[in-house]
Amino acid sequence: MQTVKMVVTGPFNSGKTEFIRSVSEIDVVSTERKISSETERIKETTTVAMDFGRITVDNDLVLYLFGTPGQRRFDFMWEILSEGMLGFIVMVDSTRPETFREARSILETFRAYAPTPYVVTANKQDREEAWELDDMRIALRLDRKVKLLPCIATEKEAVKSVLLELLYSILAEMEAN
Amino acid sequence: MALKGNLRDFTVTQLLNLINVAQKTGTLVVEGPNEKVFVSFREGKLAYAQIGEDGHSLAYVLHRAKKISSSQYRAINERAGNISDKELGLLLINASYVTQQDILSSLQVYFIGVVNRLFTWIEGLFRFEINLLPPDDKITMRISLENIIIEGSRRLREREQLQDEIPSLDMALKFSERPGTNIRNVNLSVEEWRVVSYINPKNTMRQIASTTKMNDIEIRRIVYGLLQAGLVEIVRPEGRLVKPMQGRLRVPQASKEEQKSLINRIISRIRSI
Repeated sequence: MQTVKMVVTGPFNSGKTEFIRSVSEIDVVSTERKISSETERIKETTTVAMDFGRITVDNDLVLYLFGTPGQRRFDFMWEILSEGMLGFIVMVDSTRPETFREARSILETFRAYAPTPYVVTANKQDREEAWELDDMRIALRLDRKVKLLPCIATEKEAVKSVLLELLYSILAEMEAN
Repeated sequence: MALKGNLRDFTVTQLLNLINVAQKTGTLVVEGPNEKVFVSFREGKLAYAQIGEDGHSLAYVLHRAKKISSSQYRAINERAGNISDKELGLLLINASYVTQQDILSSLQVYFIGVVNRLFTWIEGLFRFEINLLPPDDKITMRISLENIIIEGSRRLREREQLQDEIPSLDMALKFSERPGTNIRNVNLSVEEWRVVSYINPKNTMRQIASTTKMNDIEIRRIVYGLLQAGLVEIVRPEGRLVKPMQGRLRVPQASKEEQKSLINRIISRIRSI
């Protein structure tokens, strides 16, 4: 049985859990809740809440989706998660422009970890206060060649589209190389 | 008769008990596969401990205990690298960077940590040198061994229990497929997540341990936790064992056609969800 993985990253509360949950065949392992509880503060060992989903492709192949912890203090996990990934998705909350800078920083960090294809998703596009994609591209300072995809992370078809676009990018890079 | 032997035959807990009861003064030297540990006692009480011939400075211990900042640690190393621990301690107290209690508590935690590390060693030559004492410029303490021995016994029991639960590390792991298993709200430690990211029926626990630089007990403890939570199952390794690559894991180096085929299979599957 071969396993491959993709990483879903982005600022806190950008929709990573919902994204993975929409397509995972297993319950998503954990969420980012309760991060500031008294119990966690007094723990000796730092525990990390992360999202983990699975899609069985066929008898010989499984795709794992790892969602990174959104809080900056867990950024030491990102390098571990990025090892061996096929590609990654950066989720951005379209309704919270105050998170755009952080999203950009996360994107640059992951690009440094691994030269794998990636896409950026503008989540929560169904909300009235969501930014337009063109404006987000400018605010995020994304190159024209980078795919910025609209998404509603709770909708399976939208999530599938994002995953497919990333896979097409991976194929395209293989062709180019 | 000189007190010497191998941890294979005489455990650290037994050694400490002997030193405690006999109220020995001297230094226990233990040589492991990769490092040497020196633990000094005075009349049966733990006085000092260090890893390696040179050990760590007081500045290192205080930095590790977060009593001084990284920049303070760097400054001390640059400007007062040759100063003794005792002189440094007085200097820092007089300058109000730390208190005497800070120094003593940090050293206590450090010394006990060194001894606790020994509890994970299954093998190693040891000898007790009655004429070997800590250097004069080092700060020593008087720490009772009873609690350390109790903790050591607990770790020994845990090790035996873990070995009973997971006798062989040459087995592999796979994620549990039991329907209805409730695996929500599971918080895993960094080390546990590192192991989870390598779980693959082709990777044995021994290989995962080697890649993640864990010893036998550490990997068993983590796997045991995952087993108890119902997240994983132990399986026979599948086919040829795939050795986890050092550093960055990659998709196995298949041909270009195989790689494209793999991506196309994933695309087909995603479309069908």
